[in-house]
Amino acid sequence: MNVEETRLPGIGTRREITVANGRRVGVIQFRDGEMNLLVSQQEDPDCSLAEIPLTTEEAAALGSMLGAPQLVQHLSNQQGGLAGLSTEQIVLPRESPYASQDLGATRLRTRTGVSIVALVRGTNVIPSPGPETDLLAGDVVVVVGTPRGIKSAAQILHEG
Amino acid sequence: MDPTALVLIELGAIFLGLGVLGRLAARMGISPVPLYLVGGLFFGHGGFIPVTGIEEFGHIASELGVVLLLLMLGLEYTAKELVTGLRQTWAAGIMDFVLNFTPGAALALILGWGVVPAVVMGGVTWISSSGIIAKVLSDLGRLGNRETPTVLSILVIEDLAMAVYLPILTTVLAGASFWGGLRAVGIALLTVSLVLVIALRYGAFISRMLHSEDRENFLLKLIGAALLVAGISASLQVSAAVGAFLLGIAISGATAHSATRVLEPLRDLFAAMFFVLFGINTDPTAMPPVLIPAILLAVVTTLTKVFTGGWAAKRAGVARLGRIRAGAALVARGEFSIIIAGLGVSSGAVPAELAALATAYVMILAILGPIIAKYAEPLGKKFGYGHPRAQASQTPG
Repeated sequence: MNVEETRLPGIGTRREITVANGRRVGVIQFRDGEMNLLVSQQEDPDCSLAEIPLTTEEAAALGSMLGAPQLVQHLSNQQGGLAGLSTEQIVLPRESPYASQDLGATRLRTRTGVSIVALVRGTNVIPSPGPETDLLAGDVVVVVGTPRGIKSAAQILHEG
Repeated sequence: MDPTALVLIELGAIFLGLGVLGRLAARMGISPVPLYLVGGLFFGHGGFIPVTGIEEFGHIASELGVVLLLLMLGLEYTAKELVTGLRQTWAAGIMDFVLNFTPGAALALILGWGVVPAVVMGGVTWISSSGIIAKVLSDLGRLGNRETPTVLSILVIEDLAMAVYLPILTTVLAGASFWGGLRAVGIALLTVSLVLVIALRYGAFISRMLHSEDRENFLLKLIGAALLVAGISASLQVSAAVGAFLLGIAISGATAHSATRVLEPLRDLFAAMFFVLFGINTDPTAMPPVLIPAILLAVVTTLTKVFTGGWAAKRAGVARLGRIRAGAALVARGEFSIIIAGLGVSSGAVPAELAALATAYVMILAILGPIIAKYAEPLGKKFGYGHPRAQASQTPG
């Protein structure tokens, strides 16, 4: 994938990709740390259709939404042979009782038999998180287990 | 009345008035610069309420304003950005200079003012306002546009060119001979290249030396360094403003960032004083006769800027509508035109009408520039400059 990087003197840096239908999609990184999501117009790809300011938290959430499915796909491919196991991503909602607690507090393995193979936080992936790893609202929890186990794990993460 | 009390009252009235004008400008969505000039005309010689006794303070304050304006301009750019900009857009920079310097210079010659005022007026029409334009681009949501890097790099080149032009101007205004002028060009070019090299190599070191966690301490070091460098540059005939600009370039990274935050309020205060003083020193009764030339000059230099921007954007592979946007974005003139005219006026080597002409010209283009930037594209579409899709697909950036 070809990421085009353009410096905007006095403003910051623009990184973008041209997607299959000809539009440019990218991010303007301002020098003071702010960030804009940018999508170009269809009829005039030179011109922005929208420039949406994102807070760090929002950008991180968007990043994990876009990045996690890929990780899940990768994991499913790897364990493809094992019948009866599947990989799923569960987003930890803000109102979850486990937000800002450590992973051990969920006792997910004991209660459902599923394992947490990774946490996706923004653009960071935390592989094989230990019980002492903190969970934050908005984290994408990648789990491997039986469909039934995954279903109850999702319920636990959402409601406790 | 006690003269100090009078000065305080006058300054208070001026700043309060500027505050009101600034608010008005913000509400109208325009740059405050033209309104500050109007404010100055109102208070000045031949104005409604002539002020007296603040000349000395006003003079020093406005010098500080210019130093701070240029210092902060330098802080916006890193040496690396300037060098890349120079490498990529030098041709557009030359085009920009030829097309936009000529109309101003030509008008001064036609009006019979002579060569020195022609050098001043050329500068007034040449340099676009990077302050106004950067704001317009971000307000209109055009930072992601493909033509925007081209527009920004033309601004960068202009600002860098100022570092060569201002020393030449200072020498010419001082009445130097041809060889004296040539020597000034040599010194200026040498200084600029030297500072760019130093900034590229030792920028981090300079930044570290100036940096301080304590705000007060940091502010004092910054201002001290800026005034020292500005003063030394002035004594070398390189112009105080250029010294400050080059210091700004040498400061980089996080230090530049916090320096911007610390200096911004001071810059706003002293720059406002600079614009107002320029207005004060302009005789409002000299305005009506230069109004027609100012309008003509505005029309001509609008077209030349649109052409410059369009040409540069075309070279960067931007489609037609983008070229119109690029050209129109560059039209606004502002703070730098006034800085250049101010240097001319304070040297006494230019006729009084020049101040009036520059004021009228900047007032027209500082207000109309952003409007042209906004409406040029829909206008272009209307006149059939459309079908950008077919064209754009042939020219991937």
